Amino acid sequence: MNKHVSILVIGGGPAGLAAGVSAYKAGIKDVLIIERDVRLGGILNQCIHNGFGLHTFKEELTGPEYAARYISQVEELGVPYRLATIVTDLQLSDDGHTKIVTTMDEQGGLTVYEADAVILAMGCRERARGALNIPGERPAGIYTAGTAQYFVNLEGRMPGREVVILGSGDIGLIMARRMTLEGAHVKLVAELQPYSGGLKRNIVQCLDDYGIPLMLSHTVVKIHGDKRLTGVTIAEVDDKLSPIPGSEKFYECDTLLLSCGLLPENELSGQLGVNLSPVTFGAVVNESLETSVPGVFSCGNVLHVHDLVDYVSEEATAAGKHAAEYIQSGIVESAEGGSDEKVTRVITDGGVRYSVPSLLRADHMADLTTIRFRVGAVYKDVDVVTYADGRELARLHKRVMAPGEMEQLILRKSDLISEGVPSEYRITIENKAGQ
Amino acid sequence: MEHKELICINCPMGCMLSVDIDDNGEMTVTGNNCPRGDVYARKELTNPTRIVTSIVKVTNGELPVVSVKTKEDIPKDKIDAIIDELKDISVEAPVLIGETILKDVAGTGVDVIATKNIGRV
Repeated sequence: MNKHVSILVIGGGPAGLAAGVSAYKAGIKDVLIIERDVRLGGILNQCIHNGFGLHTFKEELTGPEYAARYISQVEELGVPYRLATIVTDLQLSDDGHTKIVTTMDEQGGLTVYEADAVILAMGCRERARGALNIPGERPAGIYTAGTAQYFVNLEGRMPGREVVILGSGDIGLIMARRMTLEGAHVKLVAELQPYSGGLKRNIVQCLDDYGIPLMLSHTVVKIHGDKRLTGVTIAEVDDKLSPIPGSEKFYECDTLLLSCGLLPENELSGQLGVNLSPVTFGAVVNESLETSVPGVFSCGNVLHVHDLVDYVSEEATAAGKHAAEYIQSGIVESAEGGSDEKVTRVITDGGVRYSVPSLLRADHMADLTTIRFRVGAVYKDVDVVTYADGRELARLHKRVMAPGEMEQLILRKSDLISEGVPSEYRITIENKAGQ
Repeated sequence: MEHKELICINCPMGCMLSVDIDDNGEMTVTGNNCPRGDVYARKELTNPTRIVTSIVKVTNGELPVVSVKTKEDIPKDKIDAIIDELKDISVEAPVLIGETILKDVAGTGVDVIATKNIGRV
């Protein structure tokens, strides 16, 4: 006998917790959060550094403390959750209305849930060596920065002593400091791009404070070592990111940490037939954070990789609220809009890589909608400009924008539709140097 | 007249601050988007401080270590001494979030507190 649940949340990390709490507070008590780990909180449990929550709680918390704020809400409200349980399958019922969620756990074995709505909150995964195509031997001593973080912060074990870090994503920067404090020698951080993908404050507090060099436009071209890593060859790259012959240099090390980007974990979304963006690898969503499958919502890093957990919580709170509204409305409708409903497409160009959401249904929009986006390169002293079918809506000057930092703008519905519902809402960058 | 550039770390904005220091030591901060940037620049150039986060060994806990932090920020040059003191201690589970793990760490007058719950096994 399948179990029925109104809203099933996949993932008990920051996104899933906020989404579950929000849906529950919005009046849907029949929520269930499914978490594969033995504890709630997701990746925050191993992010023991501070800097979380300034936006949400107006104080600076560590990752576990930030998670605890939401976990205690889950506990106090009595939002149901299951731990050590993994979702193995996600399908639509034959009539397309019910989401069939199969879970597996050690005690109960397989359980099948019939959910009216599903919130995807599975988070993301690090790009590992296999996805980076680094030539050379396959010795021990090569880890993603997050794996090393797990070893050091949750198990109290050190992965190595002489460390090279490839990629200047935030986890790599944080681990450069962490490994240094734990007694390792971090030789350098090599970054393929001519800019860092990490937050500026992490470059200041994790590298500059400890005198760790950041080598921009450099990458690992060879891995050395038979059983254990003995060193890496690092080369400078040209503006096409190709290694420059003759620039190779050997660095002795026993550990290589990889911090080369995060990928939303959307295998389950794919099973369900959710449309995915080729840019973010996350779902294509409308203003309600609803995917192309009606009643399936997405939020947090499985939707698009965030730089700040505060924005994950904010987005997930919205997703939970929208999922509750979906249940309460009792109307099953297409997320792409009904046949007579005009959908505004969000177009990004001129250096803006993508936006979330990318579809706007004016009838469903609140007065204010948060649009999040990222740029593809570093821009200084430019204008972010938005247009509705060619009519300029807003122009915002930005002193600096970088690919590592998520941007957001607030769209006022009355501005968007002041001359009727546009077919296109465009976000672009203007007044770049030399233009 | 002296000129210094630094990046504000108060919040994720990471404002780029320009500081002009005149011959009397008077500082003029520009580039900040909020008053905290001004305060940060003055402090960073006279008395830089940090919150230190690390781990401490736990006995009989569901995890072998507990994450900890200094309750307030401490002088930047005390970081190494604090880390050394934390390596030498261990606590008995259960540990509660916010519980004091070490008082007056490295003579800073600041306590180190737990940042997560560790159950006893």
